Amino acid sequence: MAESLSGIGVSPGVAAGPVAQMAPPPVVPTDATPSGDPDAENQAAMAAMKAVATSLEERAARAPGEAASVLAAQAMMAEDPTLASKVTDGVQAGKAAITAVVDAFEEFRAMLAAAGPYMAERVADLDDLRNRTIATLLGVPMPGVPDPGHPFVLVALDLAPADTATLDADRVRAIVTEEGGPTSHTAILAKSLGIPAVVTCHGATAIPEGETVLVDGTEGSVIVAPDEATVTEALDAEQRKLAALQAVSGPGRTSDGHPVQLLVNIAGDKDLAPAAAADSEGVGLFRTEFLFLDRPNAPTLEEQQAVYQRVFDAFAGRKVVVRTLDAGADKPLEFVTVPDEPNPALGVRGLRTSRRHPELLEEQLTAVANAAAASEAQVWVMAPMVSTTAEAAAFAEQVRGHGLSSGGVMVEVPAAAIRARHVAAVCDFMSIGTNDLSQYTYAADRMAGELADLLDAWQPALLDLVRMTAEAGKALGKPVGVCGEAASDPLLALVFVGLGITSLSMAPVSIPGVRAAVAGHTLAECRGLATLALDAEDGRDARNAVRAATRA
Amino acid sequence: MPERRVAVGSKVGLHARPAAMFVQAAAKQPVKVTIAKAGGDPVDARSILSVLALDARGGDEVVLVAEGDGADEALDELAALVARDLDSEE
Repeated sequence: MAESLSGIGVSPGVAAGPVAQMAPPPVVPTDATPSGDPDAENQAAMAAMKAVATSLEERAARAPGEAASVLAAQAMMAEDPTLASKVTDGVQAGKAAITAVVDAFEEFRAMLAAAGPYMAERVADLDDLRNRTIATLLGVPMPGVPDPGHPFVLVALDLAPADTATLDADRVRAIVTEEGGPTSHTAILAKSLGIPAVVTCHGATAIPEGETVLVDGTEGSVIVAPDEATVTEALDAEQRKLAALQAVSGPGRTSDGHPVQLLVNIAGDKDLAPAAAADSEGVGLFRTEFLFLDRPNAPTLEEQQAVYQRVFDAFAGRKVVVRTLDAGADKPLEFVTVPDEPNPALGVRGLRTSRRHPELLEEQLTAVANAAAASEAQVWVMAPMVSTTAEAAAFAEQVRGHGLSSGGVMVEVPAAAIRARHVAAVCDFMSIGTNDLSQYTYAADRMAGELADLLDAWQPALLDLVRMTAEAGKALGKPVGVCGEAASDPLLALVFVGLGITSLSMAPVSIPGVRAAVAGHTLAECRGLATLALDAEDGRDARNAVRAATRA
Repeated sequence: MPERRVAVGSKVGLHARPAAMFVQAAAKQPVKVTIAKAGGDPVDARSILSVLALDARGGDEVVLVAEGDGADEALDELAALVARDLDSEE
């Protein structure tokens, strides 16, 4: 009997397959009693660590590129001689194998954590290794991303960044999580890999292992044990839809010819080739944090310039909007972030970090300007987390001072949207980051899954701020884009166009759907849809009203 | 005991890839080698966790010590490795 679960669709597409549940971390028994035979305890502990190392090495051998090196590095940790001798010392001192393992891992964990926030990924690797060793000792299911040996639908409570590093995009047909939200790591990862995904799906972790599910990442539905006809029909419909989407190509336009630039978001030079191959007019958001993360000091001018050059060259002849370093809050950097801020999301982050470290921004702009001068791309530069007109003016001035043609700001703080007319007057363009703008407008932490309704980009108060910003841009002849996850929702994209947004930037996988939606409506129709959304009571109401109107 | 003092050449420090390369090279040596930050406690150079926990940054001086047959050759090889910028080599 087919049962239907619903959540929030965060990555479009339809897929079916058997469920593989991601096991939760094993629970360490607090009452482990040593057997009284230290040699036997030691043998058990060593065998478990060896088994974990062997399995990681096997997976490393099969994994592609980046994932292989993550796994190989973890296997080295599992075979660490000092870790092993600490475990042996523990059991010789009378501890049970499991207690000795837990204690030895804890000792190293504390040392690595003490070295600073850039060591966070290594700490996560170590925690994962600890859980694998404990699961092996206890004989319970292995935590982490499962590997059933065939394509599957991954079901988890939520995914951590460490889980996502080893995810095999060819094996995982769809992702369903019980928790998480539209801006969670799961959502961003699934979209970048083009895997259909549904988050905040209550009941997902109770689906039996191996049961077939049909996942619709556009609608946000998960059908458990569907009959074969339903699956065939859904997959056929998806194929027809994809074929229809591919029939529309080229620059974004409404059906009456009003241009809407469709751009891609990129977060590094690893995903460069597929992003550059996508049918887009350029990059609307080039995140530069990856250059600075997971290291104790800033990259050099030359190092930065080389990466920017590769990106600009890949997009020669097209537009590339570079966002300067956005550190702080959920992206702490050893050499920038203020430690122990009581509320990092409201702290020294984004452009604010340049108050303490003006040299980092100055050097980054120099690297961008050098690379831009040697390339054919139209390079625009924008700052994250701008709050005041004075900040916007100073930044735009600094950008132009480097010989760059266009300096703009991200509108993520409500203050910047409220004062959009003043902000637009002093800079060259504005780009709305809907994720942070939602979080600050609704006073709701963007990582808080249970507040997903408040973080919904359809919320009318957020749309009002988008409208104010777009109107200010229009009055002063300055482009206003949207570069948050919200731009990838084809229906919401129509509302943005109606509100006066001139460009939409999203994951490459989302472009065909948005292009087709925009091409199917006139500008006047989009304005009508925007009015419906603005008049709604909340996000759900706004979405329903617009959906009903487009289906009429 | 033979020892070598050398500044870490990798800008990212003895972390991530440079740390892994160093530990793999140490494991191939016929003698046990220890590594310490100047003034710090020495740790087993074959232990990736201990080497990461040293938190040796680019430019920091580290001390390599070994004893026995082949100690000098082992130290020469490892010191040369530490001095290189391992992260910028593809």
